[in-house]
Amino acid sequence: MTEPGGADHGTTGPAPGGDGDGWARLDKRAVLVTALVMAGVAAGACVPVLLGLSGGVWFGSGARRGTGLLLLPAGAVLLVAGGAAVEYVRWTRTRYRIGPERAELHTGLLLVKRRSLARERIRSVDLTANPLLRLLGLVKVRIGTGEHTGGGESTLELHPVSRAEGERLRRELLDRAPSPAAEAHRDGELARLDPRWIRYAPLSFVAPLLGGAAAGGVMQVSDWFGAQHRVIDWVGDRFRDTPAIWIVLVLAVAALVAGAVGALGLWVEMWWNYRLEREPGGTLRVRRGLLTARSISIEERRLRGVELVEPLGVRLCRAARIDAVATGLAKAEDDKHADHKTLLPAVPRALADDVAARVLRETVSPTGAPLTGHPRAARTRRLRWSLGAALLPVLVLAVLGAAVADVLLYVAAACAVVGLPLAVLLALDAYRSLGHGLSGDYLVARSGTVRRATVALQRGGVIGWTVKQSYVQRRAGLITLTATTAAGAGAYDIHDADQEEGTAFAAAAVPGLLEPFLERGSGERGSERPGPPKG
Amino acid sequence: MTGEDAVRLRPPNNTLNERAVGWWRTRLLLLTVVPVVVAAVPAVLIEPARPGLSALAAALAVAGLACTAFFPRWWFTVHRWEVTDEAVYVRTGAFWQEWRIAPMSRIQTVDTIRGPLEQAFGLATVTVTTASAKGAIRIEGLDHELAAELAQRLTRITQATPGDAT
Repeated sequence: MTEPGGADHGTTGPAPGGDGDGWARLDKRAVLVTALVMAGVAAGACVPVLLGLSGGVWFGSGARRGTGLLLLPAGAVLLVAGGAAVEYVRWTRTRYRIGPERAELHTGLLLVKRRSLARERIRSVDLTANPLLRLLGLVKVRIGTGEHTGGGESTLELHPVSRAEGERLRRELLDRAPSPAAEAHRDGELARLDPRWIRYAPLSFVAPLLGGAAAGGVMQVSDWFGAQHRVIDWVGDRFRDTPAIWIVLVLAVAALVAGAVGALGLWVEMWWNYRLEREPGGTLRVRRGLLTARSISIEERRLRGVELVEPLGVRLCRAARIDAVATGLAKAEDDKHADHKTLLPAVPRALADDVAARVLRETVSPTGAPLTGHPRAARTRRLRWSLGAALLPVLVLAVLGAAVADVLLYVAAACAVVGLPLAVLLALDAYRSLGHGLSGDYLVARSGTVRRATVALQRGGVIGWTVKQSYVQRRAGLITLTATTAAGAGAYDIHDADQEEGTAFAAAAVPGLLEPFLERGSGERGSERPGPPKG
Repeated sequence: MTGEDAVRLRPPNNTLNERAVGWWRTRLLLLTVVPVVVAAVPAVLIEPARPGLSALAAALAVAGLACTAFFPRWWFTVHRWEVTDEAVYVRTGAFWQEWRIAPMSRIQTVDTIRGPLEQAFGLATVTVTTASAKGAIRIEGLDHELAAELAQRLTRITQATPGDAT
């Protein structure tokens, strides 16, 4: 199958189906798409009912069953026809126009909604096509300005248009005069899928989640058919003579294997045909997807840096993925599009650094730069937190064990034996991960252990500093620095940096911003004792 | 990193209006009264629960009054603000202190808000937002005339600054 934009040659003519003034309609096959989707829904709804009928559970027998059987197709036809009719009305009432100044969309069934975006504010044009749309040669186009106005007012969605028209829109809307800097660097492919990367897929946190979901799904489906106890009995029969601990282990392994298979499948669906390209005019484009083809464009002008993310499992295999830190990407709560910021799936770390450098047009990636470590007090804090978190359940279990049942004491001991070393390891690793530094035009900050993230943020993209200090941090001479930015998560933290070194770092990272508010003292650390601070 | 060249953030120049202490005290008192009443009313009405509930009400009242007596003074010494031609600089907090700096060129909107209680004390809050989803800076407890003037000044400066503040 071809991906969207596969047919991107010579389609710069006027939009099809226009009715003067540059207004264009969506593709007529929208009606067909809706009819097919509705038919699918109808089939999905009818089959279980038919099964029920043939079992004679609800409708009794004889003539009444006959009427029931007749009603079903009638309902299905009504559903399909009704859906198609509504979609037809929507289609006739939806028009869009890409003018010289604004992109406009008029839509709505009863109430006409008019939405218009200033073209110079448009930051992204994303094309997606699910398998049905791909079969028909259609795509869904999302045009966004990426402003934080909320309520989704800042996006236009054209669903669907033909693939060629989608590609034309994408190129027209994102075509800007290429900057001189863009000329100096090569355009073209920055990264392409290597099928060997799939080995990192089962390591992600998706795998255990999918495994759990699979187990839950089996129970749920069997419950629908009233066969849940049969499933449990069947599993019980398999393990008649095995001790309980083995049953738990085997079931857990089975769930994990199922999860790993699911993760592999998901990875293939998400990342097949992956390609990361730089297009003339300064746009990064990610194309990927096996069944649902996605094309995500990020204007380089709104790229403020990259984040190198290493989830624990992936990190243990020395791999990392790369997320874009850009303004105006889909927001976090919009989790349907959460994967839009990922520029590169988990790949070997060296390659990830290499791609990051190419994305940022640097010779060496700032994500690989040497970083300043944090004071030992930061390690003490981490050890305290993780030991506290590990000891709490142990203590609760021990108290309960002493009061209620002795068996809980053994559980508490087991928790302590497993949990405490793990807590210490995680805390030490979290401390080792901490770091910050400047690398050319970039501010680099790293933290985290379960999800270690190294963010490289353009120093020009920092739009403010927040310095936080708790009572404990004040005594230990630590501060938490937060660089606020318009891009990505909105703020990136440097946890538990040394008080003086961190302040100097923040001042150096964004020249001119902090200087007026600094004082150079004799630097006796801890001279400013807590308590009601000086006024 | 301890040395003769050590740098630290100095406190911003301006304190809040003195009336902010009264405003915070009133707010804390109101916050105390509600749970105390919720605990005290059933303590009066329900005979068997009286000892426990009245103890709870007393504990809540003592904690609330202690906070009311202690925190607003502390907050007043910590909360400070400063606006230069280049940046807005605010310090807030007590146990957790926070210094926030936003350059003038990155400010997007400036709002003044006056809640009913603030109006009674003649105070106002100035909120300065930047393009960051987490960048809003609030200066609470300013004299309301000063706040209006400050908002005007900030708006004037930010309008004169080119760019879309991202």
